[in-house]
Amino acid sequence: MGLFDKIKSAFTGSDKQKDTVRDEKLSGAAPASKEEQVEKVTEISEKSTAENTTLEPKNDKKETEHYEKGLKKSRVSFTRRLNELLANFRYEDEEFFEELEDLLIESDVGFEATMHIADTLRYESKVQNVKSMKDAERVIVSTMVDMYGETNPDHHYFNENKDGLTVVLFVGVNGVGKTTTIAKMAHEYIEKGQKVVMAAGDTFRAGAIEQLHVWGDRVGAEVVSTKQGGDPAAVVYDGIETARNSGADLLLIDTAGRLQNKKNLMNELEKMKRVISREIPDAPHETLLVLDATTGQNALNQAKIFKETTDVTGIVLTKMDGTAKGGIVLAIGKELGIPVKFVGLGETMNDLHPFDTEKFAYGLFKELIEQTA
Amino acid sequence: MAFEGLTGRLQDAFSGLRKKGKVTEADVKDVMREVRLALLEADVNYKVVRNFVKTVREKALGEEVLGSLNGGQQVVKIVNDELTELMGGEQEKIIFAEPGQGPTVYMMTGLQGAGKTTTAGKLANYLRKYEKKKPMMVAADIYRPAAIDQLQTVGRDLDIPVFSMGDQVSPVEIAKKGLEEAIAENRDVVIIDTAGRLHIDETLMDELEDVKKAVNPNEIFLVVDAMTGQDAVNVADSFNERLSITSVILTKLDGDTRGGAALSIRSVTNKPIKFTGTGEKLDALEPFYPDRMANRILGMGDILTLIERAQQEVDEERAEEMAAKMRENRYDFNDFIEQMDQMQNMGPLEDIIKMIPGMNNLPGMDNFEVDPKDMAHMKAIVMSMTNEERENPDLLSQKRRRRIAKGSARDIAEVNRLIKQFKQSKEMMGKMSNGKMGGMEKMLGKLGGGKGKLGKMGKGMGGMGDMLGGLGGGNAGSGGKKKKKKKKKVRRKR
Ligand SMILES: Nc1nc2c(ncn2[C@@H]2O[C@H](COP(=O)(O)OP(=O)(O)OP(=O)(O)O)[C@@H](O)[C@H]2O)c(=O)[nH]1
Ligand SMILES: Nc1nc2c(ncn2[C@@H]2O[C@H](COP(=O)(O)OP(=O)(O)OP(=O)(O)O)[C@@H](O)[C@H]2O)c(=O)[nH]1
Ligand SMILES: [Mg+2]
Ligand SMILES: [Mg+2]
Repeated sequence: MGLFDKIKSAFTGSDKQKDTVRDEKLSGAAPASKEEQVEKVTEISEKSTAENTTLEPKNDKKETEHYEKGLKKSRVSFTRRLNELLANFRYEDEEFFEELEDLLIESDVGFEATMHIADTLRYESKVQNVKSMKDAERVIVSTMVDMYGETNPDHHYFNENKDGLTVVLFVGVNGVGKTTTIAKMAHEYIEKGQKVVMAAGDTFRAGAIEQLHVWGDRVGAEVVSTKQGGDPAAVVYDGIETARNSGADLLLIDTAGRLQNKKNLMNELEKMKRVISREIPDAPHETLLVLDATTGQNALNQAKIFKETTDVTGIVLTKMDGTAKGGIVLAIGKELGIPVKFVGLGETMNDLHPFDTEKFAYGLFKELIEQTA
Repeated sequence: MAFEGLTGRLQDAFSGLRKKGKVTEADVKDVMREVRLALLEADVNYKVVRNFVKTVREKALGEEVLGSLNGGQQVVKIVNDELTELMGGEQEKIIFAEPGQGPTVYMMTGLQGAGKTTTAGKLANYLRKYEKKKPMMVAADIYRPAAIDQLQTVGRDLDIPVFSMGDQVSPVEIAKKGLEEAIAENRDVVIIDTAGRLHIDETLMDELEDVKKAVNPNEIFLVVDAMTGQDAVNVADSFNERLSITSVILTKLDGDTRGGAALSIRSVTNKPIKFTGTGEKLDALEPFYPDRMANRILGMGDILTLIERAQQEVDEERAEEMAAKMRENRYDFNDFIEQMDQMQNMGPLEDIIKMIPGMNNLPGMDNFEVDPKDMAHMKAIVMSMTNEERENPDLLSQKRRRRIAKGSARDIAEVNRLIKQFKQSKEMMGKMSNGKMGGMEKMLGKLGGGKGKLGKMGKGMGGMGDMLGGLGGGNAGSGGKKKKKKKKKVRRKR
């Protein structure tokens, strides 16, 4: 079954799919409330009851009425607008395209990807492949899914060094969640019975070293650090030494947040990476760029420049428990071919999850696909 | 620097119009499409974009514009004015408690990692420095590991007291006790740092409401990362609805984000942006100027900010002296070093340069970067000169140059280059300060004869630095030379 079919079946409710969807945490959207569900189903009246099951609300968060109202408003208007939009489709209608673009942009699909989708539809309309609203829907959805497929060559596996130490370097701009992600990953491996060392390579930010130490205590990992203001490359070196001497399975290296346009800081990062490779030629086995799902188009610049500097092997998309959808990873996948390997769904050590293509696609396109299911 | 990309696109859209004179309805339509795309690409919320485009289009289609001879200029002006309007028009000042009403209380709120804690420190530092306040910070983030440590470290670095009760007491309690402590200790500003939270986290949003009730803050700042995408509007809207935030602080503007969030947040919440964070250091906080920001979007540069920064870093008298030296051709390598140091204090060079009107317009500017190492190398070379040599560069024979190269561990070619550039700039400075050249364009025009676009850029900026030297008080002159040096780098890269 192709991805497209799988996503659709998520709506038509084959049992297996239903479970996946109920478990859905990746939608990025806020949990739907009961009333909203009802409202939604009545609004999209001809859609099957399956929808009700697939969009089962998850009640792990207390919702006040206040908030529900706000959310309902935006959901309903979105659905209504899209329906109206599609109902009135005319291929030479620039206004239609502008609205479509707005809708995609709002869904955080990202500008580039949006343009790609809209342009495909424009082209298909011109060559007469699109004559009706149904055709338009088909083109929009399949373009998105195709594009998504491209961004997901099936290699978002995690490159572990089976016969020794696996070294993972974490990079990214300020405040995206690098340190927290390290703790989450350490926790996961420690649970599996492995030995993990964490290196506090952020010697710059106030409290960064303490933060990693607190996490180290919580998850049960050894933390190698120096004093604030120390040389990060030296910490990296010490981390490798310690990990080797203690026979650790995994070394996770934290780095200070840095904006990608700061040349000197990027040089420093390069140096840290050189130290790693000098000590262990195959390392780092993974260089993970941590991206905040709330970030807009700038994430593309981040990916581009961090890739140039440190040869990023994968992305961790954090803060997907908020309302942002992180759609920019589509553009990143399309332009730079960097796969998303993990998603962060909260602030605790249990909140790191492997990236799941279908769940993500579902979360991202849900509201559009609903219309054509 | 923020808005660059946006600026680029808008400028592309306008360059045609500017030249055109007579503007037709079709022209306006084309340009407005570009404007719309530019704004969307910059993460401006799509609804904000729609309204903006509509307003501008309507105004631009007014009779005065269509068919009029400088219609292009007028459209540009309309866009500029509307953009300023959208940004909030006038700059708004931070609010303090009325005299006698006890200490001023501020709350920092926002999503995780937005920059609340850092900004709390910056704000305390800023208010002490510019408003002569005696701030205290309160550590009310009991959730994030080492959040209290972080604030305490910041406090220690700044030598500003931090109130904390550990992480086993409720934030409401901490805030209340913090306020009492501030009154007892005679502090006149209390800044409460709170934990980052999602706007959809009801429990934690309730907590903020409770803190608000308990301490009745004079300002509730929503701290927002300038890189935020479309979600900025949801976040700002939710925080505003729950807390009636009073203002916004936009962080991480030192990045290369286009910063469209600035446009949308203001227009969605109707709350002013009061400060911007422009770096990780604790002095990297600047007031937000809506009009300058709009100007910057349209490529007019941010010359006022630049001059103000210069004023902060440069001793006025010294600057006068420096300007005189330039005029009288007495500028030497010692001055060069002094200016270079001042320049470095003003922030990353590439940021400064891009504030200069027209600069971000120049081809190659996107890739323009300055490696602080280059500056260190230049400094090393000058440091290896004797004092006589520094004062009188004409003494620098080949033999002496070889000695300098050895002393500074740079190669001879680099030494030669620096000396040559120094002499050229000095010459140009004399001309500039004697008012032989006018505006930027003229200068660029004159200098552009040489080596293609990038050469032109480098030279232009060399002179530009000098021009600012006269303007801002001398310190940008050295920037000119550094940029020349940099020009080579840019060219190599291509
Ligand atoms: N909601 C949510 N918050 C997260 C997630 N990951 C991290 N955070 C929070 O984001 C904030 C910043 O996380 P850090 O791990 O300190 O980020 P960092 O990239 O190490 O930051 P710097 O080292 O300062 O650049 C903290 O408050 C974290 O708890 C996530 O997946 N979801
Ligand atoms: N480049 C740059 N970095 C900034 C700026 N403001 C804050 N930061 C960095 O952003 C990261 C997060 O800042 P914090 O102050 O810890 O953010 P916070 O909102 O308190 O985070 P939580 O408490 O986890 O929600 C740190 O690495 C800061 O150094 C800024 O204006 N420019
Ligand atoms: Mg960190
Ligand atoms: Mg904080």
